[in-house]
Amino acid sequence: MKQDHDTIDQGRRALLGAAAVGAAATVGFSSTIVSAEGRKTPVTAEHRWGMLIDTSKCADGCTACVDACELENGLNLQERPHGLSQQKWDDQRSTWIRKVRLQDNLSGQITQLPLMCQHCEKPPCVDVCPTGASFKRADGIVMVDRHICIGCRYCMMACPYKARSFIHEPVEHKFTRAPRGKGCVESCNLCAHRLDHGENNTACAEACAQTGHQAITFGDLNHANGKLRQALKATKNRQIREDLKLNTGVRYAGL
Amino acid sequence: MAKAVVTWGIVSLMLMPLLYGTLAQAEAIGGFVVPTSKAAQLDRCVEPTEAMRRYHMDLIRHQRDTTVYGGIRGTKHSMSGCVDCHAGHDASGEPIPVAAPGQFCQACHHYAAIKLNCFDCHATVPKGEAWNQEPEPTAPEANWMMNLLDLHLPRGRVTP
Repeated sequence: MKQDHDTIDQGRRALLGAAAVGAAATVGFSSTIVSAEGRKTPVTAEHRWGMLIDTSKCADGCTACVDACELENGLNLQERPHGLSQQKWDDQRSTWIRKVRLQDNLSGQITQLPLMCQHCEKPPCVDVCPTGASFKRADGIVMVDRHICIGCRYCMMACPYKARSFIHEPVEHKFTRAPRGKGCVESCNLCAHRLDHGENNTACAEACAQTGHQAITFGDLNHANGKLRQALKATKNRQIREDLKLNTGVRYAGL
Repeated sequence: MAKAVVTWGIVSLMLMPLLYGTLAQAEAIGGFVVPTSKAAQLDRCVEPTEAMRRYHMDLIRHQRDTTVYGGIRGTKHSMSGCVDCHAGHDASGEPIPVAAPGQFCQACHHYAAIKLNCFDCHATVPKGEAWNQEPEPTAPEANWMMNLLDLHLPRGRVTP
C-alpha cells in the first residue's frame, strides 16, 4: 500500500518538477518581483515558506497568535447560527490555529503549542481531494481553491493535524483579502495575501513577537542563510507525526 | 391575396408595441451603471464596454485562477477592482453592496436571470472591514482617495 502511494506520488512530483523548471526558465529573474501593490508574476518554487515554533516560549493562556489570525482573516466576524448550542458552535466554527496543551501525566510537564496547517511537502489533503481544489502552491503553501471545492470534507478526514474547518452557514462579513463562504473547507494559508503584497511575515508570528514571546519564526525554508534556516539550525526541532514522512513546513522545537 | 396582406398588416401592427418594448428594455441594460458609483464618472471600464458586457465573466474567471494559483494580485481584471468602481453610495456616502437589489451586479444578473454567487465569498463593499481601512471614510470622494492612498500606505489593523 505504502509502496503504491510512494510510486504514484514520486511520478507526479517528477512531472510537476519538470513543469516548474520550465516555468522558472521562462519567467527568469522577473519571478522575484513583488511590490506593495501585489505580485505581477506567478509564485515559483524559489521560496518554500515555513515556520519554526518554539514551544518552550509559548506561554500558558496566551492566545495572541489565534486572535491575530482571526482578525487577519475575518474569522472573528463569524456568528453563531440561531438555535445552535454554544458547545456545538465551539466545535464547529472555523479555526485556523488551535492552541493545544499537552500534559505528561507522570511528570506533570505541560507543553503549549499552536497547531495549524503544517504545509506538508506531500499533503494528504491534496492526495484525497476529488476535484483538485485542495492544492499546493509553487511556494509550498497548501490552500483550497474555493471556486472548485465541493465541500465533501474528505481533506478534513485525511489531515493528521485536524487543521481544516468547514463553513456551514452563509458568511455575512468577509474581507477582500480573505474571501470565505458557505460550503467550502478552509485552513491556514500562511497569510498568502501578505506574502503576495511583498510582506515577509504572518499575522500570528507578528503578534507573537509583539507580546515578546518570540515563539514563532516565519521564513523561507529554501533560503540557507535566512532567519528560519538559521533558527532551525540553532534549535533542536522536529515535525509532528514525523512517522508519516510528510516533510512539513511547520517545525516545532521543545517537543 | 388582399386578405393575406390585410392579415399580415394586422399582425405587424400587433407586433409593433412588442418590438418597441424590446428596444426599450435593451436601452435599460445600458443604464445599469449606478450614478453614485465611481464608474459613472469614467468614460469606460478596464476594457471597452461592449467587451465587458460580453466577456467580463471570462476575464474574472481567468483572473481568479491567476490569483489563487499564481498569487498575482491587483491586476486590471481583479474583482476587487469591479467592486471598488461599481459600488453605489447612499445619501450619507456609505457604499451599497454591489450585490444588493438594483445595484450594478445584481440588477443586470437579475434581468438576465443568472445567479450571482461571486459574493457568497467575496466582499461587496469597498470600505471598512472589507478593505481594512481605518478610519472609515464617509464621503464617496474621500473613499476613492483612501483607496488611492491605500496603495501607498502600510495596511492598518482591523478592530472587531
